[in-house]
Amino acid sequence: MNGYRRRRLVNAAMAAVTFLCTLAVLAPLFIILAFLLRTGAGAINLDFFTQLPGAAGEPGGGMANAIAGTVMLLGLAGLVGIPLGVLGGVFLAEYPNSRLGHVARLTADVLNGMPSIVMGLFAYVLIVLPLRHFSALAGGAALGVMLIPTVVRTTEEIVRLVPQSIREASLALGIPVWKTTLRVVLPTAAAGIVTGIMVGLARIAGETAPLLFTAFGNRFWNWDPLKPVAALPLQIFAYAISPFDDWHRQAWAGALVLVTIVLLVNVAARFAAGRQARYQRDS
Amino acid sequence: MDMVPVRATGDRAFQLLLAAMAAAIPLIMGAMLIALVDAGLPAIRRFGLAFFGTSTWDPVAGEFGVLPFVYGTLVSSAIALFLAVPLGLGVAVFLSELAPGWVRTPVRFLVELLAAIPSVVYGLWGIFVLVPWVRATLTPALQSSLGFLPLFTGPPLGIGMLTAGLILAIMVVPFIVAVSTEVMRAVPRAQREAAQALGATGWETTRTAVIPYARSGIAGAIFLALARALGETMAVTMVIGNVPQIKASLLAPAYTVSAVIANEFAEATSDLYVAALVYAGLVLFLVTLTVNILARVLVRRVASGPALIRE
Repeated sequence: MNGYRRRRLVNAAMAAVTFLCTLAVLAPLFIILAFLLRTGAGAINLDFFTQLPGAAGEPGGGMANAIAGTVMLLGLAGLVGIPLGVLGGVFLAEYPNSRLGHVARLTADVLNGMPSIVMGLFAYVLIVLPLRHFSALAGGAALGVMLIPTVVRTTEEIVRLVPQSIREASLALGIPVWKTTLRVVLPTAAAGIVTGIMVGLARIAGETAPLLFTAFGNRFWNWDPLKPVAALPLQIFAYAISPFDDWHRQAWAGALVLVTIVLLVNVAARFAAGRQARYQRDS
Repeated sequence: MDMVPVRATGDRAFQLLLAAMAAAIPLIMGAMLIALVDAGLPAIRRFGLAFFGTSTWDPVAGEFGVLPFVYGTLVSSAIALFLAVPLGLGVAVFLSELAPGWVRTPVRFLVELLAAIPSVVYGLWGIFVLVPWVRATLTPALQSSLGFLPLFTGPPLGIGMLTAGLILAIMVVPFIVAVSTEVMRAVPRAQREAAQALGATGWETTRTAVIPYARSGIAGAIFLALARALGETMAVTMVIGNVPQIKASLLAPAYTVSAVIANEFAEATSDLYVAALVYAGLVLFLVTLTVNILARVLVRRVASGPALIRE
């Protein structure tokens, strides 16, 4: 009986330990969010969204060009990542056991775990070196490659969920396979695919390392994809390591904006996925 | 009737288009390898493997060796895993074996959010919150209790190897949690029931049935986290101090491979300088590639991934 009591005690102790682990792992999340809210909220004002950066060391100014730059970089990344990702994902779903499918799936997973700085080097060698100068295009390409794995894997998963009977109904009407895929399967899966793209874009929106020597940053407005462009994460990095208090304040404001976008997209994706969760997931 | 061949042609073309898009992914990976080898070639030819054994980093003299950077990458990642593995496995056991469903879903989501926070935001927080805390609170505490160890000597700077390891631990723990939870959930119910039928308590079931079965998947989760830690750039750059030195003390500033690329690449003037940094990046690419593939193989031994379970 004594042995049993001891085992029960160990059981309760381990349950407590794992619960404490959970608290310890989640604590940094709340601490970081609390600091972002406390420090960032006070620093956000209209200027932040409408003004160019001020002169070094002088208070004032904003990150309007960096926000625009990030939007532009995301657009360029989307041009690379979305068609490749969606069509590649459809291939994986429709021909799951082909040799190409296995190879592409593994490389997508591995690509997902690649250090982002290596993507920057790749875009530098491929685009910056031949053009002889930094450009938004190079930054967009680096981010675009990083977007592919997320889009491929979510598209594959969602397209697989489209019931076979819907495909068969279309084929039975004499509609060719390619049209069935484009006009029946993809629209059915559209909501899930768009969710995947949004999560992927939110993820790359915060990437800094691949932009350091591709998009490079810019203190002014720029809409030319062949010229260097500012980006929100680059600006946060530059301001964070600067010696000026006002720039630190703006770095916190930028971080708050970035994290707010990332969290909103993730929460929205969670709710969108929740509707389908009954049929899949946690299986 | 002549419609049929036309349709078949359309299907064939569409299939080829899809296949081309899927094939683009491994091709991009291959292009990456070729581009990096090509751009790094001058340095590879000049320094060879001695690149990893020497500590001179002198762009002016054209002498490059990455030993201190490799050391910084390895030690900061080791600190991160030392902290993140036990904590992450604790959370995974909690989520997979103990927590009721209504706790599991939100906790998993919160852990995912931890992975969604951008690296530069961790770095910002690191500079202004974690570094002062390490300097004022953690360092004195470590030195008064474990100060006799060479690991914890030196002035309390706040920045340094330990701080980088701490921030890396926070950043990689979500990967350990997510993947180990998934592999533990993939352990067949019969395994648990067999242990329970012998009278095992919840923890004994976990220890004797779940963990041994999921072992290789858990190892995969750790490798996945290792790959992340090795390649992580921004947050580490912002808190490690960026001094290329090999010191026994974890409180001393250090430098990592990814951090030196991030800091110096845009300003690298000579071709050899650029090539040396690309060479360092190539090695980072190859190491994380290997660790990642190893991780996938280990995880797939236990759980064949969400996509395959349904088949």
